[in-house]
Amino acid sequence: MAKAKETVSRTLVVALVLSIAFSVVVSTAAVMLRPAQIQNQNLDIKSNILSAAGMLEPGSSAEQIEDAFERFDVRLVDLDTGEFVDPSAVGVQDPMKYDMYKAASDPQMSTNIPSSEDKAGIKRRPNVAKVYTMSENGQINRVVLPIHGYGLWSTLYGFISLEGDLNTIEGLGFYAHAETPGLGGEVDNPRWKRQWVGKEVYNEDRSEPQVRLVKGGVSADAQDKEHKVDALSGATLTSRGVEHLVNYWMGDRGYAPFLKKLREGEV
Amino acid sequence: MADASAKQVLFEPIFSNNPIALQILGICSALAVTTSMNVTLVMCAAVTAVTAFSNLAVSLVRTQIPGSIRIIVQMTIIASLVIVVDQLLKAYAYEISKQLSVFVGLIITNCIVMGRAEGFAMKNGPWMSFLDGVGNGLGYSVLLIFVAFFRELLGAGSLFGVSLMPVVNEGGWYIPNGLLLLPPSAFFIIGLAIWGLRTWKPEQVEDPDYKMSRHVAKEAF
Repeated sequence: MAKAKETVSRTLVVALVLSIAFSVVVSTAAVMLRPAQIQNQNLDIKSNILSAAGMLEPGSSAEQIEDAFERFDVRLVDLDTGEFVDPSAVGVQDPMKYDMYKAASDPQMSTNIPSSEDKAGIKRRPNVAKVYTMSENGQINRVVLPIHGYGLWSTLYGFISLEGDLNTIEGLGFYAHAETPGLGGEVDNPRWKRQWVGKEVYNEDRSEPQVRLVKGGVSADAQDKEHKVDALSGATLTSRGVEHLVNYWMGDRGYAPFLKKLREGEV
Repeated sequence: MADASAKQVLFEPIFSNNPIALQILGICSALAVTTSMNVTLVMCAAVTAVTAFSNLAVSLVRTQIPGSIRIIVQMTIIASLVIVVDQLLKAYAYEISKQLSVFVGLIITNCIVMGRAEGFAMKNGPWMSFLDGVGNGLGYSVLLIFVAFFRELLGAGSLFGVSLMPVVNEGGWYIPNGLLLLPPSAFFIIGLAIWGLRTWKPEQVEDPDYKMSRHVAKEAF
């Protein structure tokens, strides 16, 4: 018996049979579970968007999230011109299917950021971004914009939500990062995130974004307190990363051209 | 080994022959996934399922596996099961699978799984091997839960995500010990656990590799 199973042909047969059997098992699992996984991923993105906009009730069911998200329009924006583009321009039917982070690594669909301007530390920027708008009576009253940039250890991915004036922050949240737990990881702390609510991105003239993360808290009589947020204690580099990435994405290289057009009612 | 009772096979690995505390296997994931109880429990269930079913599968085909490719055959079985578990988690426990991230995939490299397949399942019947897998999974789980209990309680002031000691950052009184959220802290806790276990069961203490001989040389004063 011990002899018989050591031959070359026997070894090959056993290897082949096992490989086929287990590839069937793995592929079946992958194919059968695919729809549930895609649904989970979509739901996850939607709940992140709702949570940045402060619209996510804790413990919402999948249906509630879907219903709340229905109120958003998913649009694609050309970041250079600030105009809406048709989904077909990026090769998709449904704008929801467009992945701007995948596009950022495709040379055809993204641009290199010169290092002098690369405040957010992301090297490449997709040409087209996916934004979420909500309107009432034809008037936009909420915009949720995806933002990302480098902190201390990792790229932080998140959303910022602006009110109808396209200046006041309604919420901000990061859904993926690997900052130090307890220090930079406190970007997820609801108490810290609550500080952002009501802060303003731009000055009166709406030119440069002015968001600052400052040490030691923001007192009630601080100068420019509408632009200032208390930095995370013990996480200088994460805080600096957050400040830079918010200002980058709210600046001319980010969503500023789009917000300008939107404000002037041109798109 | 062959005539060990089912009960022994199932329960011995929990304290008497704990894979982490005695065999010092599977430390990597014990450091990585023990910051919160929820995540730890799912990881434990995943590892237990993989060890149990890989032992079962290896044992079923053990008489057919040629010796020259047995390790790669075991690897194939384990890797396939891990992928299935990963897919299941992504479909039914998405939040937790996001937190576990790569560590589900890394169950493949968890020495416990491979060690039991090669050390036990290759020589024993399917039912015993299955129990051995469950037992070792439980042994792994007991230690991980022990580590996670202290890390989550002292590092974040909560258990299962429910805040027990409100932390300062959220307006409470407890200043969390940030070290416990970082992987090295698990070393300390595992070390203390091994110390405790070996004090309770002194037969687990290993003989020293060498003995210091008495100092006899006269110093030149």
